[in-house]
Amino acid sequence: MPMHGPARGASDMVPFAACFPFEDIRIMALEHADVLRAAHLARLGLSEDDAAHYLDDLGRILEMVDQLQALDTEGVAPLAHPLDATQRLRADEVTETDQRDRFQRCAPAVEQGLYLVPRVVE
Amino acid sequence: MQWETVIGLEVHVQLATQSKIFSGASTAFGAEPNTQACAVDLGLPGVLPVLNEAAVAMAVQFGLAIHAEIPEVSVFDRKNYFYPDLPKGYQTSQMYHPIVGAGEVEITLEDGSTKRVGVHHAHLEEDAGKSLHEDFHGMTGIDLNRAGTPLLEIVSEPDMRSAKEAAAYLKAIHSIVTYLGISDGNMAEGSMRCDVNVSVRPEGQESFGTRAEIKNVNSFRFVERAIEFEVERQIELLEDGGEVIQETRLFDPERDETRSMRTKEEANDYRYFPCPDLLPVVLDAAYVDHLREALPELPDEKRARFQGELGLSAYDAGVLSASRAMAEYFEAVKDACGDAKQAANWVQGELSGALNREGLAITDSPVSARQLGELIGRVIDDTINGKAAKQVFQALWHGEGDSADAIIEAKGLKQVTDTGAIEAMIDRVIAESPAQVAQYRDAEPEKRGKMIGYFVGQVMKASRGTANPQQVNQLLKEKLDALC
Amino acid sequence: MHDKTLTELAACLAAGEFTSRELTESLLARIDRLDGEINSLITVTPDAAREAADRADAARAKGEAGPLTGLPLAIKDLFCTDGVLTTAGSRMLANFVAPYDASVVERLKAAGTVSLGKTNLDEFAMGSSNENSHFGPVKNPWDLAAVPGGSSGGSAAAVAAGLVPAAMGTDTGGSIRQPAAFCGITGLKPTYGRVSRWGIIAYASSLDQAGPMARTAEDCALLLNAIAGHDLRDSTSVARGVPDYTEELAAPLSGLKIGLPREYFGDGLDPEVESAVREAVKVYESLGATVREVSLPHTHYAIPAYYVIAPAEASANLSRYDGVRFGHRCEAPTDLIDLYERSRAEGFGEEVKRRILIGTHTLSEGFFDAYYKKAQQVRRLIRQDFLDAFEEVDVLMGPASPTPAFDLGARKDPVSMYLQDIYTIAVNLAGIPGISVPAGFAGGRPAEGRPVGLQILGTHFAEARLLNVAHRFQQATDWHLRRPAFAEENA
Repeated sequence: MPMHGPARGASDMVPFAACFPFEDIRIMALEHADVLRAAHLARLGLSEDDAAHYLDDLGRILEMVDQLQALDTEGVAPLAHPLDATQRLRADEVTETDQRDRFQRCAPAVEQGLYLVPRVVE
Repeated sequence: MQWETVIGLEVHVQLATQSKIFSGASTAFGAEPNTQACAVDLGLPGVLPVLNEAAVAMAVQFGLAIHAEIPEVSVFDRKNYFYPDLPKGYQTSQMYHPIVGAGEVEITLEDGSTKRVGVHHAHLEEDAGKSLHEDFHGMTGIDLNRAGTPLLEIVSEPDMRSAKEAAAYLKAIHSIVTYLGISDGNMAEGSMRCDVNVSVRPEGQESFGTRAEIKNVNSFRFVERAIEFEVERQIELLEDGGEVIQETRLFDPERDETRSMRTKEEANDYRYFPCPDLLPVVLDAAYVDHLREALPELPDEKRARFQGELGLSAYDAGVLSASRAMAEYFEAVKDACGDAKQAANWVQGELSGALNREGLAITDSPVSARQLGELIGRVIDDTINGKAAKQVFQALWHGEGDSADAIIEAKGLKQVTDTGAIEAMIDRVIAESPAQVAQYRDAEPEKRGKMIGYFVGQVMKASRGTANPQQVNQLLKEKLDALC
Repeated sequence: MHDKTLTELAACLAAGEFTSRELTESLLARIDRLDGEINSLITVTPDAAREAADRADAARAKGEAGPLTGLPLAIKDLFCTDGVLTTAGSRMLANFVAPYDASVVERLKAAGTVSLGKTNLDEFAMGSSNENSHFGPVKNPWDLAAVPGGSSGGSAAAVAAGLVPAAMGTDTGGSIRQPAAFCGITGLKPTYGRVSRWGIIAYASSLDQAGPMARTAEDCALLLNAIAGHDLRDSTSVARGVPDYTEELAAPLSGLKIGLPREYFGDGLDPEVESAVREAVKVYESLGATVREVSLPHTHYAIPAYYVIAPAEASANLSRYDGVRFGHRCEAPTDLIDLYERSRAEGFGEEVKRRILIGTHTLSEGFFDAYYKKAQQVRRLIRQDFLDAFEEVDVLMGPASPTPAFDLGARKDPVSMYLQDIYTIAVNLAGIPGISVPAGFAGGRPAEGRPVGLQILGTHFAEARLLNVAHRFQQATDWHLRRPAFAEENA
């Protein structure tokens, strides 16, 4: 039960939550391993404890998101941009000059004009 | 068991634009590290991409050249993964709606036969930067000059059945993109790179075997060798009761083998979704027609014309149309001398031999097409004979003169066609060779033909190669036969 | 000087009552004295401000002053500012000095404005309370126990506290309109594509839009004149002429057709907020407008759709923060994965991580169709709701937020925080413009309670109409003239 779900402390409760006329529809319950997998894909270092903490939050966010499933969208074209505009093309001209020094001033580790990272094994 | 090889290629072609696909930074090769990586290429906070018109036009031209469908709408997607040479943490590419749809490429095999290889689609994307592994205190250096260079990724159908077919396909793609002028096709500089998908299956089986992807095979020769090794490896594995695992492998040209790239192998999930910073690219029919009209004559069309209109053999037409530079050189020679067959013989014979010996590209030939054409013209109009022509060619090659005529003049190679002068030389040779004349006289008439060679040689020698050989032959025969 | 509008200040500068330099000094001193309490600015740039003010005064002396010359303002710390710290409210960018100016910043500089500094915000613009800033929460000048709203909380609070007469904000799901409502100021979110996003640190690219926050609609019009327009560096920027937004401000409202979306007055709406909004609507009726109820049937799907689309886009937009070319890098990384994982774990705050994780999960293999594609389909339905409504009425009106500003620390549950944005989020999904104007108070404490914002929505590119409708309201009411006690006492 998403929005009607277990009370979470009075100050946390959303007064208008009850107005959401949704049914309980889940795509798939989020599991601990899903959180770890997402964290790994996103390269976010997460401890086991962090993951447990996020599992709870993310689970409830996804419960809310799952309400979309209640809507029949058969035949509706996805909308990626709010305006029905099309891509404008740029003329093939070199307009940029070398600004390496300027751009590397905010870089954490640079040598001989190269950005340094821990050794990459091919 | 008989095994069948199944090969598909993903060819990445760097497009020859001046600026990058989404920024105004230069794409020139070889600059100091990171001097051609602008704010957009670096993925600085707040930057946005704007699509390069030339990259779109080049991709469409390629599509038209392979008779592909050009969809009205194409869309850029983000392909998400982390790697230090990928500044934004995603590559802007086209997953669901590529700019070029299905098409096909005709390849010519060594025996002159042709085969059609399907192209599944071709899409635009941005190139990544480069990792430099020299030791910076145990660190790797990242150069992002290449980041954002436009790439056209051409994905074939799994239509190839041998390493030779794969190499021929790659050559065909190379020839198309260089003909179109949309890439310099320089594989050594990475302008054209190739990933090879290889699998084997028992002959007659319909379903494909498990494939291995060999990454970054960057020469025609390596493609063949990598495939040959990989096919052998897979067959051995299967015959020993093992299984091929789907994986990415790297070809090591020094050891002539492919090996597993496990480090990059961890489960990828690229989470493609439409790039919200770019809008759908809509190509109207007029734009596509305009690009179609601007297409140069393509290798297939050229080959057909060389065969049909110029009467060249299939083989000659194939060789001479293989690269735009070769075709253009040949056509310039042909126009200068007026004889396609002679031009074809010279370009493939004397010229190609000399270029190969010195490892030169045709664009670097010391003998220009005009010079060669004029030289051939002097053979055709009987000013010089074939032997002298070779001498003139060598002289032109070594820069001993500006034109065939000047060299012919300077070296006195002009052919002697004056019958009186030739007869005088023949009479002298006959007079000086009584024994040979006697042999000739005594021989049976059908054997005399061969014996005449000696006399021809002597006359040519006497003329220092300038006598017209056909005339010498004919006059000798008349005079010797008169003696019989 | 601190409680004047931009328009009034422009008149004073033009009349020579004081110089831009004097105005700048006065506000810098006020910031110095008061912002310790409010925490609305992350960076103050006094030197650059003085130089800009002097340049403006010199220009005026030469007779080259434009409508905004010499006027001070502040800029949300999400806009890149050349040579100035640009943090996005994040530890990740705590030391990032941007090497270039955002398009909006360039335009504001070119117009002769004087930026006093960069305003606080929820980290990477993710939040509705400004409690997610690495640089600490911002307090609401109307009640220091209350949040200013978010994510442009610093911009709203700085204007409300009289530290600057105007500030730039960005709005991805309500981040201009909700803090404007909470702080009793006027905030405009233009049509998607009206203002260039070049140089604005991206949160959700298909939703982000920059806009002005000021005391009045008239001031917002002045600022929109300066920042709106096509920008070749932003592919989503629209090539469409920019009208003079001040021209139609005073046009009469007789015959204006107002729609009240049924779904914006349902359960969960604070009764005092509702009555303030309904009172405001009555003012419009008295000005000659007609009112009818309309329906936006997919309203309740806006938040679920948004929490798929925005985190998905954000998860990719924030991948560039990897500790390699800029931003936070962890100490002594042992290998590449360690560099990424620790730099990002240390650099991002909790809400940002939450959204990156959600976006990563919903885009991952097997979930894309069920989440992302579905959300985009719903997005079309939501846009269609608005387009249908605008066939019948000229503007829509309703509350900007279901409640007035809540207490700092009161909303700990992320979902309840998200639901807060129920009236603003659909607007971003549809890409239409919206403005929030002060329309009363609720809560009854301290003296007057906390401000309530009336939200007015129009169809794509109807900014001039929205500003006109808002301006006429401000001609008829004085809610926008009220100042918090904090600002008055410290005058």
